[in-house]
Amino acid sequence: MANTAAHADDHAHDDHDHKPEGFLDRWLFTTNHKDIGTLYLIFAFTMAVIGAAMSVVIRTELMSPGLQHVQPYFFNQMTTLHALVMIFGAVMPAFVGLANWMIPLQIGAPDMALPRMNNWSFWIMPFAFLMLLGTLFMPGGGPAGGWTMYPPLALQGGASVAFMVFAVHMMGISSIMGAINIIATILNMRAPGVDLLKMPLFTWTWLITAFLLIAVMPVLAGAVTMLLTDKFFGTSFFNAAGGGDPVMFQHIFWFFGHPEVYIMILPAFGIVSEIIPTFSRKPLFGYQAMVYAVASIAFLSFIVWAHHMFTVGMPLGGELFFMYSTMLIAIPTGVKVFNWVSTMWKGSMTFETPMLWAIGFVILFTIGGFSGLMLAIVPADFQYHDTYFVVAHFHYVLVTGAIFSIIAAIYYWWPKWTGRMVNETWGKFHFWWTMVFVNLTFFPQHFLGLAGMPRRIPDYNVAFADWNFISSIGAFGMFLTPFMMIAIFAVSKKSGVKATQRPWEGAHGLEWEVPSPAPHHTFTTPPVIKPGMLAHGDVSH
Amino acid sequence: MSNTNESQSESQKKNWRVIKIGLIVCVASFLFGFRVMPPIYRIACEHIFGIKFENKVADGAKVAGFAPDMERTVEVQFVGNVNSALSWKFAPEVFSVKVHPGVLTEAWFDASNLAPEAIVGNAVPSIAPNRASLYFNKTECFCFTEQMLKAGESRRMPVRFVVDPKLPADIKQLTLSYTFYNNELATKRLAAQEASTQPKS
Repeated sequence: MANTAAHADDHAHDDHDHKPEGFLDRWLFTTNHKDIGTLYLIFAFTMAVIGAAMSVVIRTELMSPGLQHVQPYFFNQMTTLHALVMIFGAVMPAFVGLANWMIPLQIGAPDMALPRMNNWSFWIMPFAFLMLLGTLFMPGGGPAGGWTMYPPLALQGGASVAFMVFAVHMMGISSIMGAINIIATILNMRAPGVDLLKMPLFTWTWLITAFLLIAVMPVLAGAVTMLLTDKFFGTSFFNAAGGGDPVMFQHIFWFFGHPEVYIMILPAFGIVSEIIPTFSRKPLFGYQAMVYAVASIAFLSFIVWAHHMFTVGMPLGGELFFMYSTMLIAIPTGVKVFNWVSTMWKGSMTFETPMLWAIGFVILFTIGGFSGLMLAIVPADFQYHDTYFVVAHFHYVLVTGAIFSIIAAIYYWWPKWTGRMVNETWGKFHFWWTMVFVNLTFFPQHFLGLAGMPRRIPDYNVAFADWNFISSIGAFGMFLTPFMMIAIFAVSKKSGVKATQRPWEGAHGLEWEVPSPAPHHTFTTPPVIKPGMLAHGDVSH
Repeated sequence: MSNTNESQSESQKKNWRVIKIGLIVCVASFLFGFRVMPPIYRIACEHIFGIKFENKVADGAKVAGFAPDMERTVEVQFVGNVNSALSWKFAPEVFSVKVHPGVLTEAWFDASNLAPEAIVGNAVPSIAPNRASLYFNKTECFCFTEQMLKAGESRRMPVRFVVDPKLPADIKQLTLSYTFYNNELATKRLAAQEASTQPKS
């Protein structure tokens, strides 16, 4: 069965696309990149709803000062698990799911390079989270020392410490296998004519992200292993009584942690760099500059880690180094924002739902970037450290950054996945609803932080009551959005308008050369690249 | 057909290369976090930022070679803290002394065990400002060894130190602070020993 682009249209209504029969064969034993991508996305969505439910517990307690609804210890479990679930369970798997779906389609490959490993890297995840979330139902409860797992606090938990550590190990193994798979796919499976510097930016950002993953996930594994041996085997890596140093954990953790935040944002940059040119009907401005900017952000991410711990007690020389290297990141990031805006400049822009999310990303992510610059300033950071200002900052880059881009990607590629269009009115309603409530939730947290409200507390001074109330209203509004999303996409799947092969007029790239919905197997023989087929076929810019 | 098989094994070879390199990077970065970063952290602290980590008796020959600088006076302050997991009382007998660099000085700390059982504690020293730590030499300290206090027992504990005359001139005051931690392993070992030697009557 040759599904070349030339006669791909013949297969648009071809039911013989060799899907395995039976539920288990189709999903449990699948090695198909599209099915595994779907599994990842469904898993990420489920985790996002669980994580959001935890944030509702947090915001309900914080709606007014005093302790009303939950015990402080349970509150701490909620903040810890909310972060772990959202980072490792929602954002990262969602990006891996998008990578699985789109990278083979974007480079003209029949599947991922290592399909069986692909199956394994997905199916580890549900068990990792079963273990992590299972701690909530154990005596002693779940981990409550914060997602950063700083000793000695994190070690004071009971059995949950071991479960958390092993869950992190499993997530790490899953991410590493996924990353190796993506690198192998991109390096070895590109169709003839898809040179590295002609690849779509989503593929490019994922190549760099995958390198970050294999470089830093093992460092986290090492750090949590040391926690485990400190807790259960009498070592003293971080135990001051035994001559260890708890500050060293923070260095090792953030040596992982800072590249990790770029792992969660670089693919978002890629997605937005795909969507904005499509709806501006112009090629991406400064394609190569975008690639080099991503690469330099990835490099810089390895030498800035200690800006997360300015207040821990560091020599002045160290603080200056980490302050300046952190501010340096603003330059490549500025290049990216500038290029997105320049791509829109004088373009024939239309504002379909994916474009709205992408523009929302550019504006709100930039706000998060600016508050990041404020936090980079050492003397100012001593004021902001561990306040709600930090909470506001990283939710602007992760919710309105990473998650906005994921939602944009789903709206953008949904017609390719399912062959159905999404109702624009409801899509736009979803966007504007989210836009209002996400800002209602997180913008006031800047004010709370500047006024001195500490993070990770269930109770606070009455002076902070008003903005907390508003923030909680925003969070309740936000909690409706995943259900809105289910409804919108379920209706589209069932009765949406049939999508054409190229549902967005300005879309370029190989994924738009296969029919909608994309058949189970695509590009079983490599596509013949014709002029204009690739979004970045002309590398003169 | 043979052509496709060849290209398949070719691409398998290329995939194995990526897997191998990827796994090597993973193992290397695991070892980097687990085995390399801890020593690097110490080396960076001691040699780049001048924070002394080692907690042992100062080199006798070096200390004997100090020429006392009677012209200069440095104030040394003492602080005693107890970690929350240890029910001891611990404090310096005097809060500060004025010393001449190069002159051996002695200070005393008092610790008492408030708990109803014997506990082993370890004191962890710290010098502020931290760039002064390279110039602070202890010839004797209770922090070099485990300290065992029986229930209700009190002890006076000495520390003898010499400040290096090469201490940067702008440092006029330094603080020696100790935090006492419960050495849980040693305490457990002790309790087990006592349980075996003194059967309950």
